[in-house]
Amino acid sequence: MPDLTPNIGAFASIAKEDLARVFQVLQEMGYTLLGPTRGETAIVYDEIESVGDLPIGWGDEQEAASYRLRQRDDNAYFGYTLAPQSWKRFLYPPVQKLFTLTVQDGTFEIDGNAAPAPRYALIGVRACELRAIAIQDRVFLSGNFHVPDYRARRQQAFVLAVNCTEPGNTCFCASMGAGPRVGPGFDLALTELDEIFVVEVGSELGRQVLGQTPWRPAGAFELQNARRALAEAEQHMGRQMDTSDLPDLLYRNLEHRHWDEVAQRCLSCTNCTQVCPTCFCCDVLDQPDLTGQRTDRVRVWDSCFSLAFSHVHGGNIRPHTRSRYRQWLTHKLASWIDQFGSSGCVGCGRCITWCPVGIDITAEVAAIRAEV
Amino acid sequence: MNATETGVTKANGAGARARPRLAVFKFASCDGCQLSLLDAEDELLAVTDAVELAYFVEASRHADPGPYDVALVEGSISTPEQIRQIKEVRRQARLLIAIGACATAGGIQALRNWRDVDDTVRMVYAHPEYIETLDTSSPISDHVQVDFELRGCPINKYQLLEVVTALLVGRQLRLPTYSVCVECKRHGVTCVMVAQGIACMGPATQAGCGAICPAYGRGCYGCYGPMEAPNGPALGHQFEQLGLDAPDIVRLFRSFNGYADPFRLISDKYEEVAR
Repeated sequence: MPDLTPNIGAFASIAKEDLARVFQVLQEMGYTLLGPTRGETAIVYDEIESVGDLPIGWGDEQEAASYRLRQRDDNAYFGYTLAPQSWKRFLYPPVQKLFTLTVQDGTFEIDGNAAPAPRYALIGVRACELRAIAIQDRVFLSGNFHVPDYRARRQQAFVLAVNCTEPGNTCFCASMGAGPRVGPGFDLALTELDEIFVVEVGSELGRQVLGQTPWRPAGAFELQNARRALAEAEQHMGRQMDTSDLPDLLYRNLEHRHWDEVAQRCLSCTNCTQVCPTCFCCDVLDQPDLTGQRTDRVRVWDSCFSLAFSHVHGGNIRPHTRSRYRQWLTHKLASWIDQFGSSGCVGCGRCITWCPVGIDITAEVAAIRAEV
Repeated sequence: MNATETGVTKANGAGARARPRLAVFKFASCDGCQLSLLDAEDELLAVTDAVELAYFVEASRHADPGPYDVALVEGSISTPEQIRQIKEVRRQARLLIAIGACATAGGIQALRNWRDVDDTVRMVYAHPEYIETLDTSSPISDHVQVDFELRGCPINKYQLLEVVTALLVGRQLRLPTYSVCVECKRHGVTCVMVAQGIACMGPATQAGCGAICPAYGRGCYGCYGPMEAPNGPALGHQFEQLGLDAPDIVRLFRSFNGYADPFRLISDKYEEVAR
């Protein structure tokens, strides 16, 4: 019997309850499932075992400096906007031991991180997040220097994306061209409708997984509903950013008085950089034992908002919050383009929601644009 | 700091000299920071291998006279006698490290610095005539030169081990001065201020505790004192946005580290508002 499973780029339809079969197939293939689940105060990404762990019937309300869980009046599986932290914490962990070094007989031995990288299936990756992963791929895996542990996790990750029909009040992925419809890079992409998921096949691996799940061809009506839901989502972004003239606008305004105004409000607490799905800066620390004969070398997330980050020989090059905020914003929206060929912002809005004082990247750019 | 330059010998290196002599002193305090050293159970034997505990009355009645290579000093300066004692400790110690909120900021007992000391003494003691005290509870660095301050109420044992290790190995000390938010995010703790509207001192407080309180759904109490360059006014303003009134904000900034300048300025400002 010929294999009728839809090819890459084609669509199928699966019943909602058959998502459980997709999870089962992934687990049989050796994947650890990571997906959205309801924590005490937020829908977070964490290890999940089954469809029952998904936040079915729950959503979120996001605003600048505010996030609240809310119960929905339906049983949507993916009826929330975004978790507080992105997939970055799994692909590029906040604390990662790189190796152990032991001094012996006048020389030293390096014991690399021998444990195999985990095989993650990322469940519920939004369009903005998939774009962010692609951006981090360019940072970590292009050019002469690669990050081996990131590469190992990334190469064996299965990506089950879910198109976003729930943009929040701090979202602006449409402005950044990053969503709400997922771009390339997924294995399977779902669009959630009332009774079914429309499934788009993104890779041969995704096709294999779908082939072991009860599916049927997606009907024209279903495809139309999925398209309509995404078109509506695009019209319901809570925020917008005018990206025209963007690298130059910021370069021309490095001494704009608005940087001082932001610095009055900014806590330099680093939250924006840590929740940002593309921020990648790290520090490398040695943690020797008391004898000085053995040390663990550890990589930790760092932030351009910490003072030590910009302390170089001779002093600190960004001693004030004004220059640290300006560095972050201009790198994200301008010099990132020079450095990596794309904007570093995907419009997920996390830096707005999770800033304790609600500093809004879209409003700050608009303010600089307004008073040039 | 280079270990050999400072005379602290490497612990187990070839031809090791005598182990550095460590002394632990207590001033006005609750002993909790000293207990953090004893609480380093897994590492304690390694520590006693590497250093000589010459004076540590919390741990041993055996007490050797100075001079000492390193003195860990817990507690604030609260009486005239303590001023004399801390000067003697300074004379006996090559390196003096203040440990804990009392020693680095005056501690919770510095709350009396905002009151008339005689009123306080009369309120607390049945026989105030026996009490000889200073007008203020103040940090060690107000009285003698301090080589390093280790923050916390209490200090974190891993940070203390980091200090001891850096001294022994002779390498740069790496302790965070950034905010508690960094630790929340690293541990995957959902922000209590954003997700629950709970006032939290974390965005102005130095990391080091591992974000214990937010991990249990509480706002940070500021036990590790002001972070590097904290923006207290902006945090105070955000507390107002969350609906706190001026006396609440005074209480948040005025606790274990309330007498540290960046926190004191904010609590004083809101106290004015409350009046």
